[in-house]
Amino acid sequence: MSGLTDLAARRESRFWALAVAGAVVLAAGLGAAFLMEHQGHVATGMSNEIVWGTPHVFAIFMIVAASGVLNVASIGSVFGQTPYKAYARLSGLLCLALLAGGLMVLMLDLGRPERIVVAATHYNVTSVFAWNVLLYSGMFAIVVVYLWMLMERRMARWSRPAGIAALLWRFVLTSGTGMIFAFLVARQAYASALLPPLFIAMSLAWGMAVFLLAQAAVDAWRGNAPLAVASPELLRRMGNLLGVLVAIVLYLTAVYHLTNLYFARQGSFERFILLDGGAYPLLFWLGFVLLGSLVPMFLLWRPGGGAPRAILAASACVVAGAFAQLVVFIIGGQAFPLEIFPGYDVASSFRDGAIASYAPTAPEVLLGLGGMAAAFLITLVGVQVFEIVPDRTAAAAGGE
Amino acid sequence: MSEHDDLSRRAARRALLAGAAAALAGVTIAPGIRLIEVAQAAAEPGAPVSSRVRWGLLIDVGRCTEGCSECVLACNRENGLDGGTRPTDSQWIRIVELKDRRTGRKASAPVMCQHCANPPCVDVCPTGASFKRADGIVLVDRHTCIGCRYCMMACPYKARSFVHEPLTHQKPEVPRGKGCVESCTLCVHRIDRGDGPACAQACPTQAILFGNLNDPQSAISRRIAEVQTTQLRADFALGTGVRYTGL
Repeated sequence: MSGLTDLAARRESRFWALAVAGAVVLAAGLGAAFLMEHQGHVATGMSNEIVWGTPHVFAIFMIVAASGVLNVASIGSVFGQTPYKAYARLSGLLCLALLAGGLMVLMLDLGRPERIVVAATHYNVTSVFAWNVLLYSGMFAIVVVYLWMLMERRMARWSRPAGIAALLWRFVLTSGTGMIFAFLVARQAYASALLPPLFIAMSLAWGMAVFLLAQAAVDAWRGNAPLAVASPELLRRMGNLLGVLVAIVLYLTAVYHLTNLYFARQGSFERFILLDGGAYPLLFWLGFVLLGSLVPMFLLWRPGGGAPRAILAASACVVAGAFAQLVVFIIGGQAFPLEIFPGYDVASSFRDGAIASYAPTAPEVLLGLGGMAAAFLITLVGVQVFEIVPDRTAAAAGGE
Repeated sequence: MSEHDDLSRRAARRALLAGAAAALAGVTIAPGIRLIEVAQAAAEPGAPVSSRVRWGLLIDVGRCTEGCSECVLACNRENGLDGGTRPTDSQWIRIVELKDRRTGRKASAPVMCQHCANPPCVDVCPTGASFKRADGIVLVDRHTCIGCRYCMMACPYKARSFVHEPLTHQKPEVPRGKGCVESCTLCVHRIDRGDGPACAQACPTQAILFGNLNDPQSAISRRIAEVQTTQLRADFALGTGVRYTGL
């Protein structure tokens, strides 16, 4: 019994240590946003060429992963896989946390963040950005209701309809994020109908990886062995699923580049992004393809790949690969110049025809990390306050 | 203070000249012709903006002199831009040096907002801050721009700039501010008082012709009917209000 009290005290002190750490990073992020608001975006590495930079890499990672992190809840509620149901609450909480973190970064990166209310009072129906305002708020509402259904026993029978609504909304939401880029007719990196499905695949893979890492972190916080709460069979299935999702992302990315390579007009862009674009090809091949895709698939599918350590290593690689892919996609995609005069070599004081350079500065990195810290804090407090994660230790102690 | 005085003196002089010219035209020329001439030269000051007018520019690349940047200087002067060329500085108009990859032929051409009939910047703007006036001028409402920069991602012509730093000494007629996106306004404040854009007026070789594309009798429409003209990236079918000849 005293062992259990010691454990509870240890958990409590860990909670406060983690909360302080999260709050410090969040405060640094908010400070950075204040600096950017005060000095202007000149405090960042962004420019008239790289108009979306590091904050967008963080924000899009979180928003895309927010949708995918609900995989576990969907598998339990919608597809009736009972073993997953125990993890559905954490899955829902992580979704809300990541969505909040991502939107915080996007909002604080605006040139006029204090005008955010204008986005609600002036609504342009042709703007996919404006659609996303509805999609994000709808996602919040649906997941809050879904979590309620999951946590309130009397409402349990409604968890399936809520789960179905959340699943469908996820597809629309992530398509919407992909369409932000897919609708950009003039940018060679973006104007592709393949982007919404690619974003859906990315969300499924990244969300799965984030869920596994978060579950392991909660286990560690509670003094349990990472991922030991799940049965080896369930863990093997989650690992397999992660591997398949990573393979789908790799496949869709390959199709995207292959179609581009086949179109002569896209040749120079592909050469830049895959071969001679400096950091971007390196990040693509080593970061995304090798570290983010091939290594996790190897870790997950080699003999003994279902072990918690292999699954966690694979998940960490997937997250690292996701950031590499987003840097290549968002920043590399803008670094390649617009073709305004096809058939001409061009030069101007506005850097027409030139590859744009970009070096992120501390404030924008801190803002991105601040968003991650916000997501972390929401999850931490949620797990502490609500009954989110099944606790084997407590159950075992209660049974003694 | 002296700048203000100078501005108001110039405005008064312009109004006087415009009034005198209109009176003279009304006396000496038949009514039909007078109307056309007024429409061709400029908008009627104070008249409501109408879709019967479509303002545009015709840029004669053959006349654009290498090394000349009078249009850029005039734009900066008129709109209160400091002329900086860092990646974070605003440039509403720039001279693009062109070299034909096949033949090696060299040319230069000013590029600014192309004032599209179907502007992608207007489609993507979440708040509707990017908008097109009835007379085809594409503008940014500085009161509703939240600085998301989606329009800059969407513009095929790299026409837009984001104000990266606090600004001072803005011109009263040209609202600008940190955290908002901006671009060539076709000197809308001049058009609304009956003038044309500063760049067109400043060009020493008259390489930039301003006028009403909807009026078949305007100088710009007559010229477009005579010579082969190009819209930049015509494959996007955006219906640009800025046309090029000699490319």
